[in-house]
Amino acid sequence: MIAVFESKKMPLVKTVVNGKHIEVERDRWALDVLLEMGVAVPTLCHHPAVEPYGACRLCVVEARKGKWTWLTTSCDLQIREGLNIETDTPSVIRSRRMSMELILSRAPHVESLQRLAADLGVGRPRFGPHYDIGKCILCGLCVRVCDRLIGASAISFVGRGRRRSVTTPFGAASESCTGCGACIAVCPTGHIRSFVEESALNIETWNTRLEMIDCKVCGTPFTAAKLLESVQGRLGKGGSLERVCSKCRRLQMCKRLGEAFHQV
Amino acid sequence: MISTAGKKDTERIKSVQEFQGKQAYSRSKFYSDKVRVSVGAGTCGLANGAADVLAGLRDEVGTSGLDFLVRQTGCIGYCQVEPVVDVLAPGLPRVFYHYMSAGKARQLVRAIAEGDFHPDWALGRLSRDQLLVRSERDFSSKPNGLSTVPKLEELPFYKAQLKIALRNCGFIDPHDIEEYIATGGYSALAQVLASIDPEDIIDLVEKSGLRGRGGGGFLTARKWRACRQAHGYPKYVLCNGDEGDPGAFMDRSIMEGNPHAILEGMTIGAYAIGSDSGYVYVRLEYPLAVENLQIAIEQARAYGLLGPNILGTDFSFDVEISRGAGAFVCGESTALMASIEGYSGEPRAKHIHTSEKGLFGQPTNLNNVETWANVPVIVNEGAQWFARIGGEHSKGTKVFSVVGKVKNTGLVEVPMGVTLRDIIYDICGGVPDGRAFKGVQTGGPSGGCLPESLLDLPVDFERLVEAGSMMGSGGMIVMDDHSCVVELARYFTEFLTRESCGKCTACREGIVRMLEILEQITCGKAVREDMDLLDELCCYVKDNSICGLGKSAANPTLSTVKYYRDEYLAHIEQRRCPAGVCRELTKFVVIPDRCKACGRCVKTCPVKAVRGREKVAHTIDQDKCVRCGACREVCPFDSIAVA
Repeated sequence: MIAVFESKKMPLVKTVVNGKHIEVERDRWALDVLLEMGVAVPTLCHHPAVEPYGACRLCVVEARKGKWTWLTTSCDLQIREGLNIETDTPSVIRSRRMSMELILSRAPHVESLQRLAADLGVGRPRFGPHYDIGKCILCGLCVRVCDRLIGASAISFVGRGRRRSVTTPFGAASESCTGCGACIAVCPTGHIRSFVEESALNIETWNTRLEMIDCKVCGTPFTAAKLLESVQGRLGKGGSLERVCSKCRRLQMCKRLGEAFHQV
Repeated sequence: MISTAGKKDTERIKSVQEFQGKQAYSRSKFYSDKVRVSVGAGTCGLANGAADVLAGLRDEVGTSGLDFLVRQTGCIGYCQVEPVVDVLAPGLPRVFYHYMSAGKARQLVRAIAEGDFHPDWALGRLSRDQLLVRSERDFSSKPNGLSTVPKLEELPFYKAQLKIALRNCGFIDPHDIEEYIATGGYSALAQVLASIDPEDIIDLVEKSGLRGRGGGGFLTARKWRACRQAHGYPKYVLCNGDEGDPGAFMDRSIMEGNPHAILEGMTIGAYAIGSDSGYVYVRLEYPLAVENLQIAIEQARAYGLLGPNILGTDFSFDVEISRGAGAFVCGESTALMASIEGYSGEPRAKHIHTSEKGLFGQPTNLNNVETWANVPVIVNEGAQWFARIGGEHSKGTKVFSVVGKVKNTGLVEVPMGVTLRDIIYDICGGVPDGRAFKGVQTGGPSGGCLPESLLDLPVDFERLVEAGSMMGSGGMIVMDDHSCVVELARYFTEFLTRESCGKCTACREGIVRMLEILEQITCGKAVREDMDLLDELCCYVKDNSICGLGKSAANPTLSTVKYYRDEYLAHIEQRRCPAGVCRELTKFVVIPDRCKACGRCVKTCPVKAVRGREKVAHTIDQDKCVRCGACREVCPFDSIAVA
C-alpha cells in the first residue's frame, strides 16, 4: 500500500519508511512525516512552532541513500527521492538509549524524563549527576521560541561545552523579557520557575521581575504590563485590549450569552 | 607597519601587460645591488628574540651608515634554530645564520661590510632562491667563497622537503607586495584573468588532484564546481584560518609569512566560482597573522589586485578579515559561517551543503589556508606537475608542524606518501636524549596516536584514517617513553570538553563522561568494566554528534586503546603507570647498581625527597616524593625507574 501525502508546492518524491513505500513532498522534515505516519519517535528538542535544531539526538534514525548509510537526527533531515529511513534498527535503539541515559543523568529527578527513559528501556543512568544545573537539558526550545517566535531574544545560551547554560545577558534582570511565559510553556522538564508575588511576576530562573496589571473587574494581578503593551503594539490600531483577567472574561461572556439566550 | 597610502609606486596596475612591467621592476628591486639582511620575525622567531635582533640590525646599519636593506620575513620552518638571519648579497648565494642574537647580528653586519660572511655562524647557503622549482638565480655550482657553508637544501632537515605552500615563508618580506611579485607572485592570477575560463580552472585543479588541507581531504575542484553550479547571488569564498589544534601552526606561518599567496589563491578561486566577495577567518590568538594579512589586503587593493576590476578586467573580488573569538569549534565549516554572521559558533547539520546554502544562506566555498596557498602554484606549474608529486590518491605536499620529543621541531613540508619515519627520524632527527620513540599523535585532538609499529605508514589522507587517526590540519606531536598514552587521551578529551560548543547531547555529555572514565583510569580508580563503557561511549559519540568535532572526538581514546591496550590495563589492574606520568600510580625508585651517587637528583628534587651521600646509592623518600619525575630527567645513568 502506498500512502500519499498531499502536496501543493513541492513535487512528490518516493521514499521508504521502515520498509513501507510512500510518496511525500520533497524537502519535508523527516520527523514530521514519521509522526504523521504514526511512527513513534522520541524527541525533546523539537517543537512544530520552531525550526529543527538537532540537539537532543533522541530522534535519530538510520538513513540510507544509494550506497551510504548513516545515523542522523530525523528532525533536521529533509525528505529526498530515494531516501530510505529505518527507525528501529539495533544501532538506532542503542543510540537513543545512550542519548536518553546521558540526558537523564543531567537531570535524574525530572519525571517527564524518567517516563521517556522507561519507554526507551533505560533504567538508572550509569553516570552520576555531577554539576548543579537544575532541570535544564539544554534543548534550546526556550531560546528559540523567545528569539524566533516572540522576538524578544531575552535569553540565550552562554558558555560552551560543559559550561553551557541558558540565561539572560550577564545573568541580570532582562530588559526585553515581556513575561509572556512561552519559555515556560515549551520547556520539557519544567526547569523555568516563576511565581506571582505582590502584583509582580517573578521569573526566578531569568532573574526577572515584571510589574503586573490588575484585572479591572476582580482586582487580581493577571498579566505582565509589558506583555499587554507588546501585544497592543502588535495589534496597532486594529484592536484594543481590555484589562480583564481570563476568569472574569469568561464570566462576562457567559453573562452576555445568557442574556442573548433570554432575548430569543 | 608599512602603510600603502602615500607611497609613490602604489599606482593601480591597470592591465595584465602593466603587471608584467611591474613584475620586472619588482625583480630588479628585490635582486638589487644592495645587501639585503632580513630576520625571521614570525611568531616563533619573535618568541626566540627576533625583535631584539631586528632592532640591533637596524641600529647597527643606521649608525655605521651602511647602505643595507633591513627587512623582516616569516619563518623558514626550522623553529628549533631561531632567531634566523639571512643575507642576500649581489653575486652570492643567500646565506642563513642561526641562533642569532642582537650582538651577533651587529657583528655580522660589520663583518659583511668588510667582505667577511662569517661562514662559521651559518646554517646553510641557498643555491637557489627558494626551495621550489623555479629560481631567478642559481649558485648550485658557484659557492663564491662560501664553500665551507653547507647547502641549505642538503641539510637533513630540508633534504626531503618540497616547499609549495611554504614557498615564500622566510624568504620574502610579507609586508611588501613587491617582494611577492618579484618571486612570481600574482603571475598565476594575471595568467588566469588574461587567458583561462573559469570552468577550465576548475578542470585544472581537478586534474592536479588537490584535496582540502584542512583535514577532511575533500576534492577541492568538486567543492568549487558545486559552488559554481549552485544558484544564487552573491556567492562567498572563505578561507579557514582558525587553526585551533594544540601544537599546530602551519596556517599561522603561511598567514604571517606569505599572506599574498592566500589572497592570490582565493582570487583565482573566486574567479572560477563566480564570486565577488570573501572572508578570511582568522583566530584571535594570531594577532601577527591578522596584522600581516590586513597589510597584504590593503596593498593588494592599492595595486589593483583586489577590489573592483582586477588588473583592468571585468572581474571584481574583495576580501575582508573576520576574527574568531578563540573557539576550536569555529574551525568547523558551519560554525565558522555562523561566527562570521555574528552568531555564536555552533554547527548545524549539513544535509544541505554549504556550497548551496552557506554564509548568509548563500552558496559558499570554504577552503583552508594551505589549500588556497597551493592554488597559484598549480596554475603556474600546471596540473600534471602537481599530480606527479605525492601518492596515488593524495597529491602534492602537506605541511606538518612537528613538535614534542624530536630533535628538530618546526614546520616540515613533504610530498604526501612519505612515511612517518622519514618525517620523524630523517627530517626531524628522531627522539632526543637517547630515549625510545613511543608514539605520534597526528591531527591534533581529532586525530589518533600511532605506535612505533606504524612508523613506516605512508602519510596520506586514506592511510591515516585506516590506522584510526587522521591528517587533520597537520599537527604531529611526538612522544617518547616518558609519555603516558592514557594521560594523552585524557588531555585531548579534556580539551574537547572545553571546546565542544555544547549544542548536541552526544558531544557535550558524551565527551564529559568519557573524560570522567579516563580520569578514573589515570587515578587508579577504574575497574575493567569501565573500559567497555568507555568503548561504548566512544562509538556513540562518533556516530551521534552533529559535527566533525564530536565525530572525531573519540579518536585519541580509540586509537590509544587499540594500540596501547596493555598500558590501559596496567593502569586498571596493576594500578601502575608504566611511563611514570600519572602521579597516583607512580612510584620512582633508584636502581642501586646503576646509581653512581653523583647527587644531581638530590639537587634537583624540589621537595628534598631524594637522600644520598657521596659514594652511597641514593634513595627516594616515598612519603615526601610528589612524583614530578625531575630526578629521572636529570639522572645521567638512567638509574631512576618506575617501580
